[in-house]
Amino acid sequence: MNKEKLKVDPIKNGTVIDHIIAGKALQVAEILNIGNSDNEIMLGLNLLSRKMGKKDIIKIENREITKQEANSIALISPTATLIIINEYKVIKKFGIVIPKKIKNHIVCPNSNCITNIEQVKTKFELAGNNPIEVRCFYCEKKYYIEEVKFSF
Amino acid sequence: MKNLISMRDVNTQDILKLIDLAEKIETKKCKPDMSGKLAALLFFEPSTRTHFSFETAVKKLGGNSFSMSGTGSTSVKKGETLSDTLMTISMYADIIVMRHVIEGSARFASEIVNIPVINAGDGTNQHPSQAMLDLYSIKKTQNTLSNLTVGMVGDLRLGRTVHSLAQALSDFNPTFYFASPKHLQMPKYIKDDLDERNIKYEEIEDIKEVMSELDIMYVTRIQKERFAVLEDYEKVKDSYIITKKLLEGVKSNFKVLHPLPRVNEITKEVDDTEFAYYFQQARNGVFMRQAIITEILKLKY
Ligand SMILES: [Zn+2]
Repeated sequence: MNKEKLKVDPIKNGTVIDHIIAGKALQVAEILNIGNSDNEIMLGLNLLSRKMGKKDIIKIENREITKQEANSIALISPTATLIIINEYKVIKKFGIVIPKKIKNHIVCPNSNCITNIEQVKTKFELAGNNPIEVRCFYCEKKYYIEEVKFSF
Repeated sequence: MKNLISMRDVNTQDILKLIDLAEKIETKKCKPDMSGKLAALLFFEPSTRTHFSFETAVKKLGGNSFSMSGTGSTSVKKGETLSDTLMTISMYADIIVMRHVIEGSARFASEIVNIPVINAGDGTNQHPSQAMLDLYSIKKTQNTLSNLTVGMVGDLRLGRTVHSLAQALSDFNPTFYFASPKHLQMPKYIKDDLDERNIKYEEIEDIKEVMSELDIMYVTRIQKERFAVLEDYEKVKDSYIITKKLLEGVKSNFKVLHPLPRVNEITKEVDDTEFAYYFQQARNGVFMRQAIITEILKLKY
């Protein structure tokens, strides 16, 4: 662990989401539905980072973020790394893979799309990496990731 | 091919196969048999031409069809969900041809019913049988689909036929000229696709300057309603009207295509020139739709 992280207290059990693009932590927290839990949460915003200039960090006590959940963060902050902590020790560390297909978590911004009219789960595919774009499987419209809303 | 929902699902081999089959049907080299099969033509959004074209195709194949046009007289009006309507109809029919204003509705339909679905237009999204008949028309007039220079003129922003056609032709190394008013240009997502595939295209405001290079000119209507200010429409409308004079000096293989109906974007005098091809294009639509149904229902021929 490097010195940067010491600015936020260590946790005993849970997940550290590091290297979040500065300014995106609140959105990541929203996606992971962190606000609605009793877990102890620490947010670090605009921390100095050697690698990124500035970054955000989230630490969540007593919750292990799954790979699938992590993939949904990928769209907001593909740079993020996840560290799973047990008894103050790092037991797992992984980067994020941007999924090629995203099921059920993105709300299509197109009000004339069937997914906003009939009861049907949305499906999106990755349509661009830099910047990240996604395409609706149904209406085939393409959106920047900033344009879409998430639901979990 | 199980369904025909989007040109995105159709590969080069499918395109060539369908064109070949349409050609065989047109020249009576084969006669697919649809007898004993029933097509449901569900035009939730009415479209006289596409509806008639599919109906004719079914009849010529020896099949039967029943139709719906608009939602006025059906249970859809009573608040039945689209999925219930489709499920019920799939109990009677062997294939569904549908047009609906909602984007993605045909894809959705293909996921919930057990019979094949042909998308005859879903909102501003796709109209693949139109793209296929356009390709067939291009093939017939140019004897190839490859290395052609194609001008697209008019409302390129909302005209889904030009979107599908641009995507479909991308497999055949085209050069495109897109001529439209500034705010009705090809959408970014189409241009992104073209960029990704290294397709040569240029956006121009006046088609005049490139007429002598074109093999095909595809014309779409500019609707007055698309302009917020009527004056803006008045200013540009004449630049996108195809006259006989504009066609002076074009290549001998040059043809004008249009998905119809036209209003005033191609003047009547053009009809009598050797370059007008839009009515034959409509006729080609029937052969292509016969081919599509044959392929999807795996009819014997
Ligand atoms: Zn959509």
